[in-house]
Amino acid sequence: MTETVDLEVREGVDRETVETVQNMGSYKYGWDTEIEMDYAPKGVNEDIVRLISEKNGEPEWMTEWRLEAFRRWKTMEEPRWAMLNYPVIDYQDQYYYARPKSMEVKPKSLDEVDPKLLATYEKLGIPLKEQMILAGVEGADAAPADGRKVAVDAVFDSVSVGTTFKDELAKAGVIFCSISEAIREHPELVKKYLGSVVPQSDNFFATLNSAVFSDGSFVYVPPGVRCPMELSTYFRINAENTGQFERTLIIADKGSYVSYLEGCTAPQRDTNQLHAAVVEIVVLEDAEVKYSTVQNWFPGDENGKGGIYNFVTKRADCREARAKVMWTQVETGSAITWKYPSCILRGDESQGEFYSIAIANNMQQADTGTKMIHLGKDTRSRIVSKGISAGKAQNTYRGLVTMHPRAKNSRNYTQCDSLLIGSECGAHTVPYIEVKNTSSRVEHEATTSKVDDDQLFYCRSRGMDEEEAVALVVNGFCREVLQALPMEFAMEAQSLVAISLEGSVG
Amino acid sequence: MLKIDNLHVKLEDEDKQILKGVTLEVPAGEVHAIMGPNGSGKSTLSYVLSGRDGYEVTDGTASLDGEDLLDMEPEERAAAGLFLAFQYPVEIPGVGNMTFLRTALNAQRKAKGLDEVSAGDFLKLIREKAKDLKIDADMLKRPVNVGFSGGEKKRNEILQMAMLEPRMCIMDETDSGLDVDAMRLVSDGVNALRSEGRSFLVITHYQRLLNHIQPDVVHIMSNGRIVKSGGPELALQVEEEGYGDLVEAG
Ligand SMILES: Nc1ncnc2c1ncn2[C@@H]1O[C@H](COP(=O)(O)OP(=O)(O)OP(=O)(O)O)[C@@H](O)[C@H]1O
Ligand SMILES: [Mg+2]
Repeated sequence: MTETVDLEVREGVDRETVETVQNMGSYKYGWDTEIEMDYAPKGVNEDIVRLISEKNGEPEWMTEWRLEAFRRWKTMEEPRWAMLNYPVIDYQDQYYYARPKSMEVKPKSLDEVDPKLLATYEKLGIPLKEQMILAGVEGADAAPADGRKVAVDAVFDSVSVGTTFKDELAKAGVIFCSISEAIREHPELVKKYLGSVVPQSDNFFATLNSAVFSDGSFVYVPPGVRCPMELSTYFRINAENTGQFERTLIIADKGSYVSYLEGCTAPQRDTNQLHAAVVEIVVLEDAEVKYSTVQNWFPGDENGKGGIYNFVTKRADCREARAKVMWTQVETGSAITWKYPSCILRGDESQGEFYSIAIANNMQQADTGTKMIHLGKDTRSRIVSKGISAGKAQNTYRGLVTMHPRAKNSRNYTQCDSLLIGSECGAHTVPYIEVKNTSSRVEHEATTSKVDDDQLFYCRSRGMDEEEAVALVVNGFCREVLQALPMEFAMEAQSLVAISLEGSVG
Repeated sequence: MLKIDNLHVKLEDEDKQILKGVTLEVPAGEVHAIMGPNGSGKSTLSYVLSGRDGYEVTDGTASLDGEDLLDMEPEERAAAGLFLAFQYPVEIPGVGNMTFLRTALNAQRKAKGLDEVSAGDFLKLIREKAKDLKIDADMLKRPVNVGFSGGEKKRNEILQMAMLEPRMCIMDETDSGLDVDAMRLVSDGVNALRSEGRSFLVITHYQRLLNHIQPDVVHIMSNGRIVKSGGPELALQVEEEGYGDLVEAG
């Protein structure tokens, strides 16, 4: 029996995909929740920044930090170097803060959360409610029915609506809460680490985020602790014309380990919505962090109307010796993706890995990749990027690998594969490599291929229809990356691969 | 069962006629063999029957139990019970052999309005069939045909055939590249599948296979046509004398 289960799990991965293809509709998460919202007035200025800070009940130092960022942002220009084409964004024509009215007084526990919000997350497949029971009641240690625990922090528009399994995590010494709560409850940690990986002045979008971020997740894993469960944040943009600016800060103290998952969806709207998040990860000596993303923001319709503009800055700092970080991302959504999760390999023998699947279909544009900055001796990095383009989409891999003079005996291996479906899409690979010492080595391999007709025919001759065949072949192409994901995410990701390629053939 | 009448096929984007009026009928329960020189159009016939792109039917018909095959998508032909064991099985990197088979099996079941086969039943079934063909568990987990030896690929085709239980099995040079023992395994596999409701069209260059799988009829194909049909003795004649006279007769 055990053997069966084991095999099934591995084998089930591709099969899920195919099932999903069979039940495919269009964007599955496109509905919205009718809920009364509180908005700050449109546009951004110092008053709005103060208001956001005040709404979050922040101390003075935080307000100042934001204002400093805002003043800096006003002097900056939007970057235009990416291979992306989009109309000018009017930053004054957006809401920067929206929260469900029912969240005005922060609920003390998940039981007090508006049932409509919980219903939304349930619809998205997050078993928040089930976990609520577990988290809400006394002695919340009991495991959910499926035996696997995942602590969830759910962020709805600008506000965290609840975090599960807090008590159990606290027992292990792990802090997992919304960033606004962390600012209030753990100011010493926030002060020490916020902005230490992605400085306020880092780039246009990160600086804007520093000024107006509304919420996000905070994780601290104390020395020597292996976080007892997967942590995850689910982001949901619901309100119209509202930018979402989350800020995530993860600190893995010496010798600790944590695996963190992030998922995102948004309703289907005609207008574009701005999403500019910042994720900072600090990894100390001998610690390890795995950060996985399944990004499924609304991509816009086939004609390119609507969709999320996703401008995200994610960076991990392997600050001390033998620190290790692994980014895994499955990017299937968004009209525009501008995202380069990076690793600063500062500690000697530290390691960074980046596994990516980026799918662009219809009119989607993705410009994504990574940066591996080798500063310490004997550092290692590995990049595996799988880009899939279909429809009229443009998909660019942009990667930087730098070996600094001190980074003696360091290694990087990059493998960058592109797959084209149809003849109207494009794939581009833009690797930047800088090696400033003689003992380090950088290897780069790149391939571009079209989805193979013989493979498709082979699948079809065995009974699969064309879309199933494409989904199967594409999932095979992505396997290495899918395998890097935690199991429950791998399933979801496979389905997403299939769904996002809908209509790409025939 | 399979009825091919005056089938003319040319390449889609080249002015090259490959099949020049193939007429052939395989009744239910029978095994027919096709032999013929290299390049005579045997694989083309099998591809056209299973619906591969790149060919244009300029004349003639092909039907399976009265249903027009040429009008169907490849997957519809598969669901209707047609199966082609490829001369050159295709590699699909990253897709587990078992996943592939299960997806195929369920797709066909779905097309027939049947429920999906449960995970447990599937595993039981595939292990049983794999054992018969001496395909080990490792090969089931590996990506489809990737890194398989020539003989392993052919055995894998027969495994698929055994799992999908088609009514009309076309085998394109399944015996080429098989060692003596594998040839026996494959033949035993095929013989086990022989039944009243199932027919075989076996393309081969060697009489040897036909010692194991006794054909009812042997056809000789040359230059896009069936030039002669007869009993098993025709294969023996080819083995001894070559195609010389037969081909000239075409
Ligand atoms: N796509 C193609 N482009 C060009 N020529 C083709 C194509 N497909 C088939 N042919 C030609 O059609 C003829 C028949 O090929 P086919 O593969 O059907 O032969 P065969 O009888 O199976 O030969 P073999 O015994 O060597 O397998 C050959 O001359 C081959 O070169
Ligand atoms: Mg052939």
